[in-house]
Amino acid sequence: MVEENELLAIQPSMPKSWNAATKPHKFCPGCGHGIVLKCIGEAIDELGIQDRVVFGCDIGCSLLAWDFFNCDSIQTHHGRTTPVVTGVKRARPDRIVIAYMGDGGGYAIGSQHLFNSATRNEKITVILVNNTNYGMTGGQMAPTTLPGQKTETCPYGRDVENDGYPTKGPEAVAAVTPEGAYVARGTMAKPRELKKYIKKALETQMNGTGFSFVEALSSCPTNWRTNAADMWNMVEDSMPKYYKPGELKVPGQGKEE
Amino acid sequence: MAEKPIQGEKKAFMTGNEVVAWAALAAGAEIMYGYPITPQNEIMHYWTRMIPKHGRSFMQTEDELSAGFTTLGGVMAGKRAFTATAGPGNVLMQEPVSMAEMMRIPIVLVVQQRGGPSTATVIYAQQEVTLTTFGGNGEGFRVVYSPSNHQELFDYTIKAFNTAWKYRFPTFVLGDGYQAKMRDSLVMYNPEERGVRMVDSEPFVGKPGMPGIDRDPGHFRNTYNIEEELEEVLLQYIEDYKRMSPEVIEYKTEGIENGCDVLVIAHGIVARAALTAVTAMRGEGLKVGYFRPITLRPFPVDQLREAAQKAKKLVVAESAYGQLNRLVKEALYGLNNPPEIVELFRPGVGITDEEIVRKTKSAL
Repeated sequence: MVEENELLAIQPSMPKSWNAATKPHKFCPGCGHGIVLKCIGEAIDELGIQDRVVFGCDIGCSLLAWDFFNCDSIQTHHGRTTPVVTGVKRARPDRIVIAYMGDGGGYAIGSQHLFNSATRNEKITVILVNNTNYGMTGGQMAPTTLPGQKTETCPYGRDVENDGYPTKGPEAVAAVTPEGAYVARGTMAKPRELKKYIKKALETQMNGTGFSFVEALSSCPTNWRTNAADMWNMVEDSMPKYYKPGELKVPGQGKEE
Repeated sequence: MAEKPIQGEKKAFMTGNEVVAWAALAAGAEIMYGYPITPQNEIMHYWTRMIPKHGRSFMQTEDELSAGFTTLGGVMAGKRAFTATAGPGNVLMQEPVSMAEMMRIPIVLVVQQRGGPSTATVIYAQQEVTLTTFGGNGEGFRVVYSPSNHQELFDYTIKAFNTAWKYRFPTFVLGDGYQAKMRDSLVMYNPEERGVRMVDSEPFVGKPGMPGIDRDPGHFRNTYNIEEELEEVLLQYIEDYKRMSPEVIEYKTEGIENGCDVLVIAHGIVARAALTAVTAMRGEGLKVGYFRPITLRPFPVDQLREAAQKAKKLVVAESAYGQLNRLVKEALYGLNNPPEIVELFRPGVGITDEEIVRKTKSAL
């Protein structure tokens, strides 16, 4: 029989900026938040900014990250993470602020904050996790729910005539930000690429050239009611068809779609 | 900080909104976050004109939700930050105020009440009393000062920063459109020169050192695992609020010591008319008293009960339909032989001293 001490000795490798005392984390099995937060943690480590980061998170599943990092953190109301970290950044420009939120927080209830802070080119970084539904509240339709996808509030599938089309966030943010901003869409299926995007977003803030935004395609097997195989099919197949991963705007490259 | 905004004691004749901007400067406010709404706009207008000289800053947000939440961010970053709003903006502001209450974030808000909610009738009202004292989903853990003239607008705007930072409850200065737009005289000053020490602001986040090594990370949250955990926090806040209340409660009285036939109760600018009316009637030898709560929250319950106990009737005068009266009735609940309340409610309309005299005399 394996001793408990031996098990404890085999800790998975964690980013240095993670708060080990709060691990294992509280996200559902199969949830993508852990992978996205690992990418953020590694980016913070590699940039050496742990002592300068102020991490903000929303209400919704993202709030479970309130004590995730050994970084100063503020958990606020649904959709309001963007203005809270904007307020911090305006008051303390030497801080590196991260607003971490879901698709409901960023594209629905807090969309005015996301798009206006993007338009103003606030020197903040927004990381938005797109799992195509409202997870914490039990799987309702989100702005990002795919056409035909079933949720608790579109039980027969999202009907675009009735419910409109899914929000393409990075495309919208790229359209309203000036040169100097950074906009990308990554996916939990490609964590190294996602980490690269997050790192470039944070570097954009550190360089002070503009707003930075990364959407991360993510999973929600609990509310999708999927097994592992179907979950990965959704993340790797269905979602990227509608939500194309890649960089949409890079400072200095004038790269826009 | 750059040169002092006010040199010595300075007599001035200006609008209330200008007064608020000067008071915030004198109080050492470092950043204002705001969104345009009548009748508070000129606070932003004056603030933005004056700040370059004094190294302060301003951010115009996309709405009042953002103005409130950016103010929270600014305060949590350690700055003496404030915002100002009115009417529907005050409705939106209740969401960030709820967060401030539950996370004990000392934000300062100036509200210039208006009627409405729609456009045109936005000049004046006292209809934001209920909203400002108990708005939001929470228990009303906030301090609300109701000034009645320009000198008090100045004094209480300064005081609001100290109350907020000392007790860590969100603090309101509840003015109104008349006070905001009217010109009146006052004496402006730097608080230190009157012996008023400004309570130091302090960062919640972004303190020096590596979190997790040199210090604990600041983890600020509004989420609890179980209901009992929330209750425990709330009970502690209730305790803190009760302990604070006697130190914060303010009120003014006239002619109540030996009891009176009619006690006139009013707040804010209406209290100004009430004092004029009561002074005139007392000059005529009438046994009339005056009670004015300056803090609407916490409310001077014990002091009002004592005064009301010695009065035969009460006249409650307000530019709303019973919002102050609700606070009065709650304060007087359970009193033996409570005095009859005579209502002078003019929702959204100003009240003159003559009207108060007429109503009071009719009650005598």
